Amino acid sequence: MTGLLTLLQKELLRFWKVAFQTIAAPVLTALLYLIVFAHALEERVAVFEGVRYTAFLVPGLAMMSMLQNAFANSSSSLIQSKVTGNIVFVLLPPLSHREFFAAYVGAATLRGLAVGAGVVAVTSPVVGVGIAHPLWSAAFALAGCAALGAMGLVAGIWADKIDELAAFQNFVIMPLTFLAGVFYSIGSLPAFWQKVSHLNPFFYMIDGFRYGFLGASDVDPVVSLAVVAVFFAVLSAGALALLRSGYKLRS
Amino acid sequence: MPDAIEIRGLSKRYGALRALDGVDLAIAQGEFFGLLGPNGAGKTTLISILAGLARPDGGTARVLGRDVLAEYRAARRLLGVVPQELVFDPFFTVRETLRFQSGYFGLRGNDAWIEEVMHHLDLAGKADANMRSLSGGMKRRVLIAQALVHRPPVIVLDEPTAGVDVELRHGLWQFVQRLNADGHTIVLTTHYLEEAEALCGRIAMLKQGRVVALDRTADLIRRFHALYVRLRIEGRLPDALAARRVPHAGREAGGEADAGAGVLLLQIQDYAEAESVLAALRAGGCTILEMEIVQPDLEEVFVQIMKRR
Ligand SMILES: Nc1ncnc2c1ncn2[C@@H]1O[C@H](COP(=O)(O)OP(=O)(O)O)[C@@H](O)[C@H]1O
Ligand SMILES: [Mg+2]
Repeated sequence: MTGLLTLLQKELLRFWKVAFQTIAAPVLTALLYLIVFAHALEERVAVFEGVRYTAFLVPGLAMMSMLQNAFANSSSSLIQSKVTGNIVFVLLPPLSHREFFAAYVGAATLRGLAVGAGVVAVTSPVVGVGIAHPLWSAAFALAGCAALGAMGLVAGIWADKIDELAAFQNFVIMPLTFLAGVFYSIGSLPAFWQKVSHLNPFFYMIDGFRYGFLGASDVDPVVSLAVVAVFFAVLSAGALALLRSGYKLRS
Repeated sequence: MPDAIEIRGLSKRYGALRALDGVDLAIAQGEFFGLLGPNGAGKTTLISILAGLARPDGGTARVLGRDVLAEYRAARRLLGVVPQELVFDPFFTVRETLRFQSGYFGLRGNDAWIEEVMHHLDLAGKADANMRSLSGGMKRRVLIAQALVHRPPVIVLDEPTAGVDVELRHGLWQFVQRLNADGHTIVLTTHYLEEAEALCGRIAMLKQGRVVALDRTADLIRRFHALYVRLRIEGRLPDALAARRVPHAGREAGGEADAGAGVLLLQIQDYAEAESVLAALRAGGCTILEMEIVQPDLEEVFVQIMKRR
């Protein structure tokens, strides 16, 4: 257990030492989105019955930030260690692939949650949102961050260069999070785009997390949580298989 | 008592390249063992397999009887590896680096030993300095300290003195010799053959993934022509001495130019034989212009072995 906890602690300290970039910066970004979009769209976009646009926006922004940062944490830590070669420090000790997985995904989840807490803390006084079902929100936050932490682990193992990881982030993670109904309700889309949106696993994370805040959602939260759980399970199985085989880590 | 390291039929391919081609090697506990070979011989590959950083295509490797794959947890606890590349984590200080490394091996409350290792490696003054701010030599010491945090009985150093200044090299070897005296098995690869000669009790030479020589350092040197007589003579070498003549090797002959100027290299088993050489020269009517008895060193043995097929 000491090995796993030490690796987790190392991963936490790694982002905590640069918390200004890893937590404060994404919180500020989310706040800017809120100010700009709320100002531009408050009166124009209809979301759920009786829900103000800003109240709709806050949980979506918080979840989007959480997901992006959970992914960024595990993927950038791994790619940096691979590129600089200090990955050997964690490959030489008697750590199992499960411990490795738990530490990286655990740290990514905690980074995501810290960013999410920051976004909610900074925006809710401005907007005045409450949390209708905190447990639902917590469940989606946890499952979503863990899934993206595992996804970051896979991407970090796969990528050989920092550029490749940046491409993955810009062409996969960003579009999928942006088009997951952060800024609009899927219900307002044409039927075809609604169907497409339902193929995006990030949509269920955001919709479910928002249900915890507003008590209203596009999809039944039970269904959403099941989808997110399956997504997490698949990514975890993939990440564990890669770690176990030593793919791109042990030659 | 199991061997510190036991390697059987180890092979490793990278594409068409055979980085290791059926290596057998046993290193007993308490040895100070040298692994020599030119660049690309497979030294680092062998160490990587021992450390679990690379997977063999065939054969087995054990550390104190523990298989590096099947019993990787036990094997890795018994092994401390100083990697060849000068790597570090720029996020942390020296002390943090060592505490983390200790924790990865499952050790808690190991601070007393960590402080001691830092002290022995002259790192105490830099304990709270960020890794980024250290010089190359200091970073190398931290790598060595990292390999020692879990007190491994078997320590492998992959070219630890490459690019390290003379003074630090000296200090490092004293430290490593003390570890050896305390019972640690030491395996080292180095490019500095004088170092290997001075430190290692036994040596294996690798070439293109194969062990081409394996012996006690002293025997290895003795086996390759006990002594040489270097001569410059006037007249023809008597036929009786022709068999002793060796092709010019290493530093013994200054290349073809000297050879043309009548410099000969003759092999003798011991100093007593020098007399019979002299007698034969006199009998053959040769005048000796210059004469010197030279001892081969590891460098020359190395050159000779590597020249063979
Ligand atoms: N990861 C790798 N991929 C491809 N070839 C490799 C890899 N590692 C080592 N090699 C090759 O294997 C051979 C042995 O390398 P190495 O063990 O580093 O030699 P040494 O440490 O004796 O200099 C070299 O030809 C090297 O280029
Ligand atoms: Mg090497």
